[in-house]
Amino acid sequence: MLVFIVRRLLLAVLVLVTVSAISFTLLQVAGDLAQSIAGDSATVADVEAARRAHGLDRPFIVRYVDWLGSALRGDLGLSFFSREPVVKLIVDGLPITATLGFWAIVVALAIAVPLGILAALRPNSWIDRLALTLAVIGQAMPSFWLALQMIILFGLMLRWLPISGSGTWQHLVMPVMVLALNAVPGIMRLTRAGMIEVLASDYIRTARAKGLGRWTIVRRHAVRNAIIPVISLAAVQLGFLLGGSIIVEAVFALHGVGHLAWISISRSDFPVVQGIVLMFSLIYVFLTLAADLLNAAIDPRIRLT
Amino acid sequence: MTTDTHSSELPRRRARAWQAALKHPGLLFGGLVLAGMLAMGLLSPLIAPFDPYAQDITKRLIDPVWHPGGGWLHPLGTDHLGRDYLSRMIYGVRISLIIGFTTMLISGLIGSSLGLAAGYFGGRVDRAVMFLVTTRLSMPVILIALSAVALIKGSLTVVIAILGLLLWDRFAVVVRAATQQMRSQDYVTAAECLGCSKAYIIAGEILPNVMPQIIVVATLEMAHAILLEAALSFLGLGVQPPTPSWGLMVAEGRGEMLFSPWITAIPGLALLLLVLAINLVGDGLRDVTAQEQRH
Repeated sequence: MLVFIVRRLLLAVLVLVTVSAISFTLLQVAGDLAQSIAGDSATVADVEAARRAHGLDRPFIVRYVDWLGSALRGDLGLSFFSREPVVKLIVDGLPITATLGFWAIVVALAIAVPLGILAALRPNSWIDRLALTLAVIGQAMPSFWLALQMIILFGLMLRWLPISGSGTWQHLVMPVMVLALNAVPGIMRLTRAGMIEVLASDYIRTARAKGLGRWTIVRRHAVRNAIIPVISLAAVQLGFLLGGSIIVEAVFALHGVGHLAWISISRSDFPVVQGIVLMFSLIYVFLTLAADLLNAAIDPRIRLT
Repeated sequence: MTTDTHSSELPRRRARAWQAALKHPGLLFGGLVLAGMLAMGLLSPLIAPFDPYAQDITKRLIDPVWHPGGGWLHPLGTDHLGRDYLSRMIYGVRISLIIGFTTMLISGLIGSSLGLAAGYFGGRVDRAVMFLVTTRLSMPVILIALSAVALIKGSLTVVIAILGLLLWDRFAVVVRAATQQMRSQDYVTAAECLGCSKAYIIAGEILPNVMPQIIVVATLEMAHAILLEAALSFLGLGVQPPTPSWGLMVAEGRGEMLFSPWITAIPGLALLLLVLAINLVGDGLRDVTAQEQRH
């Protein structure tokens, strides 16, 4: 187990270093940063001044190592725009994004897992068809569009919910629903597939032969085994929800990290963008690591690979 | 050569696949909708009643035909610049289809090559490819795509290139798994014994047999790319105005949301329908090929 943990940790660190290098390179190579900072109407002298002021005249490798070293000490530089530390901007926005992501995954699991189990118990019944139809439509739904339609219906026409900003729990209802719906199809399908496979296995037949009640079998034997892959998918989905939160926060004007990412990208505030890429990757790597370790703890076979 | 059946059986297998496809309601519905959208994209100049770029400020925000103020001249009304909305919708399908298809080709080529190499060679190659996949998965697609598009300035080509470079992970994972299964099959061993080159075995023996899986992933990634382009364009960092991208049209209608909700509703519904159709075709193909393999 220890060897497994150490190997998995090393991989996580390697992935993070690679991601940081890629995102740094991408933002440096894709365009002239000094030109972006100085603006389209800037003169050549302005651009050169911006280049020197932000240290962009130094060699690429020097800048990367410098940035990475500071990042390890918890310093991601200053925003080009507001001159505030990037870490502070991200930390300020994190509570909203975290609340959004947490409730979205809770709602998604609350919808998808029971639906997947019910669908698996009666394949090809109306509930199975309903669940699959919902999954197919949910997968095809553009989330920004769903968000706007909800604003029109619940915000503008029925006036049940506030349409933008944050402050009360009512502000979070629509964003959470939109984000959750993104994650429902995947979790539902996996729960259903897992349950169908488990229900066909020998130990379920044994449990039936012992004369256990139908729901006891489902609860105590089937769900417990079918839920293992769902846990790791939920962790991965939580990481994807961070990306989705950019759209949702932009539409509902929630000032979380997603919104920060969007406005920083729009005004070429690269230190902030790099910081957010690094933080999102960090969270994703942490979540998959946690899911892997959890699975390895539950299922000893995984540790050997 | 590539299949385990005799050539005389091939027409029968084809016929059986067609029958299965026709009996599959999802595949049938998806295929019909997709064919309709394709026809709309190919014939845009012929069926669009107006020039999608022609502005007429005197005709701003005309209601669609089902509203009292609308008429058949502009069945879907006009937008805030007085452009015929139906014509913009018809031309818009081209953007979605081109983005979806080209992105899928690029990412499919990258992902399938990586998957074939990882699955066939195993060992170090496999570990390297899986590391690339893990790294790619830990970078949030929307964030990276938005930043890259913002830096290079959005255009159709830039969006395609960036999405193509980002969406190959599922191809790699699925093709790798399929190749690992194929590797130990008798026909691969036979080809190895005959002294065929590795390149020939991969391209001539394994690739045709993992093609069904590649096609299924390709449909899903095509749908994924279309939704991502719409989201990027909606956020103002994708295809730029005045190009009629459906995602951009949703964003342009935001100002008129209260009094003309159909301006945002229609392009979104079209996106939903197109992506749904592609996903249904993908799911259907998976079901049909799974049946084929059981025969």
